Amino acid sequence: MTEPILDVRGVTKSFGALVASNDINIDLKPGEIHALIGPNGAGKSTLIGQIAGGLPPDAGSVHFDGKDVTSLSTAARARAGMGRTFQISSLAMEYTVLQNVVLGALGHRGDVFRFFRPVMKDKDLLARADHALEQVGLEEFRGFRTSELSHGQRRQLEVAVALTLEPKAFLMDEPMAGLGAEGTHRLMGFLGGLKEQAPILLVEHDMDAVFALADRISVLVYGEIIATGSVDEIRANPDVRVAYLGEEEEA
Amino acid sequence: MKRETVLNLALLALLLGYPLWAWSVDEPFLITLTTRAVIFAIAGVGLNFALGFGGLVSFGHAAFFGIGGYAMGVLAFHAQSYSPMMEWPFLIEGTKSMPVIWLVAIVVSGIVALGLGALSLRTTGVYFIMITLAFAQMFYFFAISWPAYGGEDGLSIYVRNSFPGLNTMDPIQFFAICYVILLLVLLFVWAAARSRFGLMLNAARQNEDRVQAVGQGPYRLYLVAFTVSGAITGLAGALFADLNRFVSPTMFSWQTSGEIMVFVILGGVGRVFGPVAGAMLFILLEHVLGGVSDYWHIYLGAILLGVVLFARGGLYGLIAGREVAHD
Repeated sequence: MTEPILDVRGVTKSFGALVASNDINIDLKPGEIHALIGPNGAGKSTLIGQIAGGLPPDAGSVHFDGKDVTSLSTAARARAGMGRTFQISSLAMEYTVLQNVVLGALGHRGDVFRFFRPVMKDKDLLARADHALEQVGLEEFRGFRTSELSHGQRRQLEVAVALTLEPKAFLMDEPMAGLGAEGTHRLMGFLGGLKEQAPILLVEHDMDAVFALADRISVLVYGEIIATGSVDEIRANPDVRVAYLGEEEEA
Repeated sequence: MKRETVLNLALLALLLGYPLWAWSVDEPFLITLTTRAVIFAIAGVGLNFALGFGGLVSFGHAAFFGIGGYAMGVLAFHAQSYSPMMEWPFLIEGTKSMPVIWLVAIVVSGIVALGLGALSLRTTGVYFIMITLAFAQMFYFFAISWPAYGGEDGLSIYVRNSFPGLNTMDPIQFFAICYVILLLVLLFVWAAARSRFGLMLNAARQNEDRVQAVGQGPYRLYLVAFTVSGAITGLAGALFADLNRFVSPTMFSWQTSGEIMVFVILGGVGRVFGPVAGAMLFILLEHVLGGVSDYWHIYLGAILLGVVLFARGGLYGLIAGREVAHD
């Protein structure tokens, strides 16, 4: 079996009496899309926060690319190769679309403390940025101000910025939210190809998308992973049907 | 040409043309007045580097303005009294050379900004405003209670410091020095705003999460911006002290911090030339309204209120419109 690129071991986090993550184990192997599903309030965002950084777990550890990153900052984890997209688009809204992707390419390249040469004339950064925009289909909007983009276009831009980071794994928090049928379809096709480049941990509400895309699915309910398995296994799992898919015990 | 570029060039032309006209009609006072505007503009451009690009609302930039002023005052004081600053372990003498004084002002205020920034930047929002104010007040009271350098009375320097090849006591020549320095500072800030650092710093102001997600720590960006900002304002302080041939603790006062902030807000926060417009307008108001009433600050307050309520982009926002995204 191949070594997982991301390995979350026994992560626990509580806010007062509320246990948002209870001894969670989840991993991500090269070449796969691992979907994390769960009802609202199940603790998905809390878990993503602990994986991407910024939210220290009470117990347990996060391993990425063979290293323990539990104590690293968000920025250090991003440099180590985590490409994150946010649930609520988190972009530099005053910037143009192109500036946002150049920002990603620049962040990845490091050497930020250069004061003289204009960054928007840097051929290397521009080439990376334009490539990322083409991949998500935003190249026509490169000169638009980000605040003028539609909600769905902002989601695409989030993905494009993550692409410029050339990550070892993607953490995508509901990338399809608000995309519409056509946009969702297009992004699904794209993500299916992207997983060959780097595996994807996908938090998603769109069940059709999850079942069509995911190689493995984990179900999070009340801070606990109640099941992990292939699409068919999850579909067939009685606990999942009760807890998540909203089915009453019929038979 | 973009409207902003036109406005930039117009301001620079006005700032150069007016004192030249005053010189031709032999009105040295008006030259000195313009020199004041130029020096205030440099201080404002310095603050704008932190406030406009990094979103760091520093209410303590008087600390750096004052350090620059005292760098000039202390060095020139020792030079004019022929007493060395320090004899042991090695000899440090005062100096009347402007370039040396500028260098000392930049380095010392930069180092202090690095230290104060390292502490202050652990806080955000209103706490950051308060902690920078508190540090500046510490410098203020320290200057007041330091009798060796005049204490509350400040230090008078009898002859303006020297610059190779120029007669600095001639108002138009001293103006030229300040004007060139303003141009150099503007050139640096203009380039920096478009550089890699500028892109990342401005992004951190807009959205820290985004900057972290692309692998950069906002703290380091802010610290560098604050240091550069303090160093520029310190340079302005040294020039201001030289203009007046006098330094006093007033340079450290919170009113000074407020005035520097007013230049930035009046002109346009985050616009490279904004503080130049702001400082010119401030001096104009001080001169015109100051002639009408000793209480001219009331009118300044009203204008500031108008700007904050109705023209958030300051003069630049009003005339040149929203900043055009440059790519």
